[in-house]
Amino acid sequence: MMKKLLTLFFFGFVASAAYAQEAPDVLVQRVTDDVLEIIRKDKEIQNGDTHKVIDLVDKKVLPHFNFSHMTALALGKEWRKASPQQQQQLTSEFKTLLVRTYANALTGYKNQKVVYKPTKMAPADADVLVRTEVLQPGSKPVQLDYSLEKLESGWKVYDVVVAGISLVTNYRDQFGQEVRNGGIDGLIASVAAKNKSLEASAKK
Amino acid sequence: MMDYFYASGIRGACRLTLGALVVAFTCSGALAEDNPRDPYEAFNRPMFAVNEAIDKYAAKPVAQVYDNAVPLPVKASVGNFFGNAGDLWVGVNSALQGKFGDAGVDLGRLLINSTVGIFGLFDVASELGLERHDEDFGQTLAVWGVDGGGYLFWPVIGPRNVRDTVGFAVGTYADPVMYVRPVSVRNSMAALRFVDVRASLLPSDKVVEEAALDKYAYIRDAYLQRRRSQIFDGRPPRLDD
Repeated sequence: MMKKLLTLFFFGFVASAAYAQEAPDVLVQRVTDDVLEIIRKDKEIQNGDTHKVIDLVDKKVLPHFNFSHMTALALGKEWRKASPQQQQQLTSEFKTLLVRTYANALTGYKNQKVVYKPTKMAPADADVLVRTEVLQPGSKPVQLDYSLEKLESGWKVYDVVVAGISLVTNYRDQFGQEVRNGGIDGLIASVAAKNKSLEASAKK
Repeated sequence: MMDYFYASGIRGACRLTLGALVVAFTCSGALAEDNPRDPYEAFNRPMFAVNEAIDKYAAKPVAQVYDNAVPLPVKASVGNFFGNAGDLWVGVNSALQGKFGDAGVDLGRLLINSTVGIFGLFDVASELGLERHDEDFGQTLAVWGVDGGGYLFWPVIGPRNVRDTVGFAVGTYADPVMYVRPVSVRNSMAALRFVDVRASLLPSDKVVEEAALDKYAYIRDAYLQRRRSQIFDGRPPRLDD
């Protein structure tokens, strides 16, 4: 019994080590293909089942994101002035908001094709940009880029850039405005209120 | 997201735009706001509200009907057709920015798609690996070193800084659709193009609606980031954070 457990533990360890070493572009491609394959087969998600797609994103995508870095990036200079507890609260609310937005973008997925561009990177690099392109018939291709950083737990996404628009830094001014109006706590309250209203309208 | 605002090539709207621009400048002293990225915010926010109303009651409902009623291959052909019609101007702008290789590709695309692609209905050139470029006169002005000027939001044509407003105005004179006669056909084509582009943006509507704490600011900042990226052909230098 003990031996079996140990073997299991050992294999689990090897598997996670292999994931940690997975190159960032390989990671992006694997996760994207994985998620799109599931969506392609799931009629409920295609019909806009928010909860189901959030579930999918939770399981498949979120483990590869570094949300505290994303939140710090969105907030800018104010991040360092926030207390650890405020940072944690804001990260949690911002994560909820981003996940919902990202998940809903996925329910709009129909006939698009994703093309992976070659990634320029040296073995020592700890910060890499992975470029992809979304092709759709009759429209210009849309650039979809991911910034990843190397952490002990593997490569993590800290920014997503759609058609040149960072989904993270696009909040900089809005967050700044909220902080000017009500401080960090005011900002946390605003994002939380936004999440609540989205949750309420999803239940309808 | 912003391309929908390129859609309407109605010269009348354009004259209106330039007239309003003059008004915006003369009032700018009184409209000064604290955000340096948006000096005309007091002018822009009401314009944004007007555009939201136009979109809600006219543009979006029509685009939704179009999107539901028209089968995908037809929509793709409509998009390809207008894309092809715009490729000459794209090529001219590539050349004006000194990117002659790109300009050659744009011209090649135009020739191939207009013939083999049956008047541009099929984007054969992309299949052959001739990539579509994203250029316009506003970007050309930026490459030439013209400053962006303040951010402006126009009803119908949407967000454009001063430089892009001028670029858009010049672009309407290079728009082949504007030279189609009779005028009724020209107007129908311009309307179809507007609806087609608006329809292609329907999926992003919900995303913006849900993501934004302040929709006006979200769209403004998205526009500013997007244009910066376009000017650098998708590879803008990194900003320090």
